[in-house]
Amino acid sequence: MIWEVFRQEREGQPFQHGGSLEAPNREFAEAYAVEFYGRRAESVALWIIPRDSILEIEDPYVADVFDRDYRRVDGYSLKVKLKEARERAGTA
Amino acid sequence: MSAQEPPSPAVEAVLAFADDELVLGWRDSEWTGIAPFLEEDVAFSSIAQGEIGHARALYELAAGVLGGDADALAFDREPGEYRCAPFVELQLVGDWAATIARHWLYETADSVRVAELVDSDWPELAGLAAKMDREEAYHRLHAQMWADRLRESAERDRFDGKVAELWPYALGLLEPGQRERLAELVGREPVDAIERGAHTEGFAELHGEMTMVRRSVAGARW
Repeated sequence: MIWEVFRQEREGQPFQHGGSLEAPNREFAEAYAVEFYGRRAESVALWIIPRDSILEIEDPYVADVFDRDYRRVDGYSLKVKLKEARERAGTA
Repeated sequence: MSAQEPPSPAVEAVLAFADDELVLGWRDSEWTGIAPFLEEDVAFSSIAQGEIGHARALYELAAGVLGGDADALAFDREPGEYRCAPFVELQLVGDWAATIARHWLYETADSVRVAELVDSDWPELAGLAAKMDREEAYHRLHAQMWADRLRESAERDRFDGKVAELWPYALGLLEPGQRERLAELVGREPVDAIERGAHTEGFAELHGEMTMVRRSVAGARW
């Protein structure tokens, strides 16, 4: 059985994927996770999750079929507008 | 070491403990690379290193009284001077059930031994025992989960047979006054112990291998 281990480096920080391990049950998974991800005080907390329990979605990108790039901020060049605004305001 | 020296029996006991940890660490490390699966290989090798680390700390403590250093105590003595129990000398590599049986008995016995040392009137020893116990807690967890796993498996009789075989050896790890407690913890009747004092047949070879590199360039600074 494969388990995915997420580790929190410091309190308050998000958990990040640390790696995976093979273990026959929860007790073994806990012991191995502590050994591999906790021994050197590199984590303050661990999440140990059976890989089967993770809902994985492949290719989650919902494609833009129509040309609606006005919805995206990258359609605007803020830099140019800022420059113009500053010039108008005389603060450039 | 501080001004007043602790009584020699305490130093003897520390040396015996250190020898147990060193030799068991060595025997357990024989599994490195060939444990049943990769995760266990890493975990068991780490436990073996943990035991050797404890040995080092105990040797340092003894060296403070006896002179010399941890390396000299670990590697420069003659085989006959080692005080380890025959229990830790047995070469069990290749037999995982026997290895786990010893691991489980050893860690349980160690919990009895360490619990007593925490109250030692030798402050450095008491402090070291408390420190060791924190790491031993992980060793015990590991030993217990494996003992449970083998007992719940088709290998149950094989595992129990190995525990029975090793039981007189395990008792020899402890002082007579501590054995009742161990018997309680593992749920077995006390029997005649195989005491420390004489070494097993394999010990001379183990000692030769263990000290080989150090003897190859005597007095070298590494």
